[in-house]
Order: sequence, then structure tokens, then C-alpha cells
Amino acid sequence: MKEIEVLIIGGGPAGLSAASAAANLGASVLVLERDELPGGQLVKQTHKFFGSKKQYAGDRGFQIGNLLIEQCKTSAKVEVWTNTTALGIYEDGVVTAESQDEHVKIKPKKIIVATGASEKMIVFPNNDLPGIYGAGAVQTLMNVHGIVPGQRVLMIGAGNIGLIVSYQLMQAGVEIAAIIEAAPAIGGYLVHASKIRRAGVPILTSHTITEAYGQESVEGAVICKLDENWQPIQGTEQDLKVDVICLAVGLSPLTELCFQADCRMKYVPELSGHVPIRDEYLETTRPGLYVAGDVSGVEEASSAMVEGRLAGISAAYSLGYGLEAAPKLQEEALAELNELRSGPAGHKTMKGIMKLMDKGEVVC
Amino acid sequence: MRITEHPILEFLRGEEISFFYNGQELKGFEGETIAAALHAAGVKVLGHSHTMHRPRGLFCAIGNCSSCLMVVDGEPNVRICVEKLKPGMRVETQQGKGSLK
Repeated sequence: MKEIEVLIIGGGPAGLSAASAAANLGASVLVLERDELPGGQLVKQTHKFFGSKKQYAGDRGFQIGNLLIEQCKTSAKVEVWTNTTALGIYEDGVVTAESQDEHVKIKPKKIIVATGASEKMIVFPNNDLPGIYGAGAVQTLMNVHGIVPGQRVLMIGAGNIGLIVSYQLMQAGVEIAAIIEAAPAIGGYLVHASKIRRAGVPILTSHTITEAYGQESVEGAVICKLDENWQPIQGTEQDLKVDVICLAVGLSPLTELCFQADCRMKYVPELSGHVPIRDEYLETTRPGLYVAGDVSGVEEASSAMVEGRLAGISAAYSLGYGLEAAPKLQEEALAELNELRSGPAGHKTMKGIMKLMDKGEVVC
Repeated sequence: MRITEHPILEFLRGEEISFFYNGQELKGFEGETIAAALHAAGVKVLGHSHTMHRPRGLFCAIGNCSSCLMVVDGEPNVRICVEKLKPGMRVETQQGKGSLK
């Protein structure tokens, strides 16, 4: 049985930030990452980040990912196990995992769950045809493997992910037939939308997909306009010849381990699904189990990194490390989160967190 | 189709290797996933669903969704979106659910 002070499940932006923060205060840390390499989805991001210098604004996602990986590599206190999937968190505090085809047991003093999120699906006829991908899959194919998913793409969703992945497809030489968005307004940043519109790609708001078609894979899609009650308007159908349909319709927190560990959960639409109830320092209702990043409510990588840092500091502090430094670092991280959430997109998150912290309406 | 020029990224591909897809010899690069190599070779249909026999393709590409299960070197239910390509690998379309040895 492997013993460790802080076990972090997930080596993405939140998990790696948590690892450095806890290690900097003196705690010994083990990170479990199911992929072959740590970095999570950050390593697939080619766009520059916003925010302030503290959140690496101006750097591209993959550069930030490499920086976080480097910080963990150079720290003598951080161990990273790749190709390792956490399987369960037991009543006695033992965590089991599959590591390089072996079943392993770990006994941590504190746990930080930073498992991220998975892509949402939407319902339309033939939504299971090959050629329909989650936006993350398109990013993985393009930005990790250097392979384009097809020739002509219909992008569904004009949030930041839909806009950014469309632009990345264009950079890779793929044509975007249209970006459609069911809401009456573009959800992502205008700076991303403008770049795409300037290249002549239509962004159609109040539009949805009514069906995909094709024999063995996607050959086209039918889209239509929606009225103010989100109902299809007859006669507005358009047939688009595309071989790829990319879904960028949001993410759901990957909370299976939190459910399994018996954390109290609550459904909060503003945070994109069921999330664990936690205090402001990100400790859940199971003492010693913290959450950080998308698993605690879907947001951007910038806030995931700050949440990771906050959880890492808090876990180390509760073990008696950084008795002088930690409270100040915690307050700094909380202030950064408030700043990141002060914009219009952050308003939704703030509302979600308020609902989450409200003691009523516990679902599970 | 593989990207040869990119404004931001540089793709450091491993050595070119051969593998077999349903007996047909295809080329791929060491270090990439089986799914990536099949995609680059234009293979989009990875299998068919058990009951309705509907075509199945790559969906999540990170090991979450199980849409890409295939038989690899005789082992069924391999998530080819996260399994790395090796020289001489035999990748086959899976019929049915596969069974434990």
C-alpha cells in the first residue's frame, strides 16, 4: 500500500496547480493521471488566455500546460503516475487505482478530486453517425495528432469552445459551413466571434439542428431557425453538405468519484450538473476530500488553476504545513477567483456557487 | 487527412510503421493512437452497434465514451482512441461483445 500525504486525482490544470501549491508548502503529493501525459485538455489549446498575468494571460494553453508539468517535474515533493485511473475511494480512506495494468492501493491523508468534465450530447435524429464528434475530440485529433476530422464542418454551439475550435479548424485548413447556436445571442467572447465572422463564416443564432443524415457516416445536416420560444419555424430549413458535425454544447462535471465517496451532491444548472457541496476552501462534506476545477462546476481553465491552487494550499494547511503563509495564500486565491468571476460569464458561476452553498434542497 | 503545415503547432511524429486493419496493411506513426492512424487512413466507421447494427465512429477521443471499441491483437473491447499504435498490430472490427479468456 502506497502512503502519501496529498493524493490528487486528475493531472489537468486544476490537479497540477494543486500539486505545486501543496508541495510548495512542504506536503508530499502524488498525482494520478489516466492519460499517458499530464496536462489535461490544456495541452490541446492553441489560443491565448485572458485574465491577468497571474493566470498566465497572453500565453497559449499548451504553453501553460507545459509550464505546470515542468513545475511538478522539478519539485522533489511531487510524484506523477501516468496511465493510472482511480477506481474507488473507500470508507477507510483507501483509494484504489489501475496503474499500468496493475491494481494498486493508496492510503492518502487528504484527497483532491480534479477529474474535470465530459462532453454533453444533444438529441437529434442520427446523432450517433460516425463524423459527429465532441469538440474535445476534434481538438485531440487536430492539435495532438495533427489530423483533420474531415473537409467541411457544421459547428453546434457558439460558446467559447465552439468559437475557438472553429477557428482552430480554419487554421488547419478545414472549411466551416456554419456555426449554429440555439440561444438568441453568441455565448462566447466577441473577440473570438469577430475573427470567425471576418473570415466569412456565418454564426447563426436562434438556430438548431433538426437531423443529420448519411449512410455509414455524416453526409449532411438539416438546420432550422427557432422562434422566441425555442420552437422550430416551418419553412426555414437549410440543408448543409458537411462530413463533420462538431458538438460544442457544454460539459458535465465528472463527479462519479464524488458520488461514490459519498460526498453530498446537489444539482446546480449554473455549474452544469451535479456537483459536490463544498466550503469556500473547496473541502466537500467528506472531511479531507477537496475538489477543484470543472468537477466542482464547469468554468474556464483559468479558474480551474486558481481553484487547484486553493485546494492544494488548503489540504497542505490542514496537515499542518504553511501555518504562517497558508491563510494569506488562501485569501489571495479567493480574491483571484472573485476577480475572474466578476465578468458577465462569471456572474452565472457566482449564482451557481451561491445556490450550492445554500443549505437547502440537497438532492443526494 | 494529416496536417502538414500549421500556423502555431509543429507535429513531431514518430517513425512510420505498418499495421493491419481487418487484414489490410496500413501505415501510421509510432506514438499516435490507433484511432488517429485509422482516421488519417480515412477509416471512420469503427464498428456497428449490437442491436440496431448502426455504424459507430470516434466520438470523445479521450477514453470516456466506448464508441471506438475494437479487437486489437486478439483482445476485444480495446478503446482505440487511447491505445497506442505499435508495429505489426492487428486491428479488427469487433463482432458482438467480446468474451473474457
